[in-house]
Amino acid sequence: MSDLHQLTISQAHQLLKDRNISSVELTKANLARLAKVEDKVHACVTISEDTALKQAKEADKTISSGKIEPLTGIPALIKDVMCTKGIKTTCSSKVLESFVPPYDATVIDKLKASKTVILGKTNMDEFAMGSSTENSAFFPTRNPWNLDRVPGGSSGGSAAAVATDEAIYALGSDTGGSIRQPAGFCSVVGLKPTYGRVSRFGLVAFANSLDQIGPITKNVADCALVLNVIAGHDPKDSTSAPYPVPDYTKALIPKLNNLRLGIPKEYFVEGMQKEVRASIETAINKLEELGANVDRDASLSLTKYALAVYYILAPSEASANLARYDGVKYGFSYQDTNNMWEAMEKTKQFGFGDEVKRRIMLGTYALSAGYYDAYYLKAQKVRTLIRREFDQAFEKYDALVTPTSPTVPFKLGEKVDDPIQMYLSDVCTLPINIAGLPAISVPAGFADGLPIGMQIIGKPFDEETILHIAFAYEQSTDWHKRKPPI
Amino acid sequence: MKLSREEVKHIALLARLGLSEAEIEKFRIQLSDILENFEILKQIDTTDLPPTAQSIALQNVFRPDEPKASYPVKEILDNAPQRDGNCFKTRAVLE
Repeated sequence: MSDLHQLTISQAHQLLKDRNISSVELTKANLARLAKVEDKVHACVTISEDTALKQAKEADKTISSGKIEPLTGIPALIKDVMCTKGIKTTCSSKVLESFVPPYDATVIDKLKASKTVILGKTNMDEFAMGSSTENSAFFPTRNPWNLDRVPGGSSGGSAAAVATDEAIYALGSDTGGSIRQPAGFCSVVGLKPTYGRVSRFGLVAFANSLDQIGPITKNVADCALVLNVIAGHDPKDSTSAPYPVPDYTKALIPKLNNLRLGIPKEYFVEGMQKEVRASIETAINKLEELGANVDRDASLSLTKYALAVYYILAPSEASANLARYDGVKYGFSYQDTNNMWEAMEKTKQFGFGDEVKRRIMLGTYALSAGYYDAYYLKAQKVRTLIRREFDQAFEKYDALVTPTSPTVPFKLGEKVDDPIQMYLSDVCTLPINIAGLPAISVPAGFADGLPIGMQIIGKPFDEETILHIAFAYEQSTDWHKRKPPI
Repeated sequence: MKLSREEVKHIALLARLGLSEAEIEKFRIQLSDILENFEILKQIDTTDLPPTAQSIALQNVFRPDEPKASYPVKEILDNAPQRDGNCFKTRAVLE
């Protein structure tokens, strides 16, 4: 079989279970695909071929002994913001260019316990700050649907890798849309779970109250399979929720029996591309045909404040987190100075890229004496209102449906010197992180060959409903089956 | 909210972030624009509202205080920019 890299998790699992293929064969097929397309897409920063083949051999042994779980022997790529023991974890930053963690993140522990195969680490915006993967200190990733366009960010490497079949699935992280926006831009499925649903232990912190790890997959069923493995309480993460994990595959039902869906009009923002609007409206009609009760007049009036709240809270948390990169314990260290303070300043000056510096400055300002009340505290109070408004909406609706992004993927370089325009790329996704809700992006159309994503937002810890809706929609369309011309 | 060059330098000093002269000017303009966009929050009355630091209810998390092995010293120090035996080597804080 020459097209093994194109398999989904479910398909590969069946073939492995029936012993029609081995994990080594599957892993080699993905490594061959990587070798073929990587010089065009640049989705990966580290490819750990030897380790992957060793893991594949072990997975084959496990399968031979009769033990197989859904992710056993399946090759995956991991966003380079999650610690992997013995494999470099760079966060696509010069500061961590040579950092090798001595431990695994909890999600990696869980994947290893499932005997998944880790092919390597994917490119990202430096420290997960950005919407285009152009802020990587190493190189930008390109959108496989059009190599002149961005794949979205900050999990752009993971989304592009899944779209091109470099890996069967990938993990990303989402602080303001960083799983969903690139999933939308690359026409794959991306889920940001509820805050606290998946352990953040070993995820290099950007903004602790907003970050969440989640799957990026080729279809919705695969997304449920990965979530089944990575979700759950972790004593190592004090913000991890001590709730039981359901079997998410049970939510995969093709009809939407009278589910109540709200379409918040504020998410159809001024400046939204007309093709995006048209595709999402068509998708909403489809949801109605599938049995949902749709209210097109839903309103979330505080949406316009979310961008400001986010860009105060996230940089404030980031400025505290990034203070640890002082060039003493690990990472890049600038030594050629007269004293310790100068060494620390130069380490950060030459170790961090522009966007990281911008956010450290913003956060330091918002937290500084005299401005704390006006910025940080104010943003936290408006956050209370935004969460309350979502809670009220969920008294009326089972889920909310919006576009994932206001535009199709933009050109490389188009917004890189205009931070406000870049920040607007995540305008539909970041309110969800502020409120800590789960949301999924599914492929919902194309405009001139460029992908469009639909976002489905759920109640806290109700990933099942959004997977249900996403699955029903996916089964009635074929957007997810299209492959980029690469 | 227009920032001055002195303010930008002061913020950079607080963050111990070195900036070139060109960066000071670039960030002065960009940060001023971004802060101006934040003015929108003044439209909302937040008197008597509690702040939300986390989106889920949090409780203190405790674990038994039991001794256990730490990571091997070698693995930790393998990442150190400078080391001296089993210690991190750093510049003198007080000279």
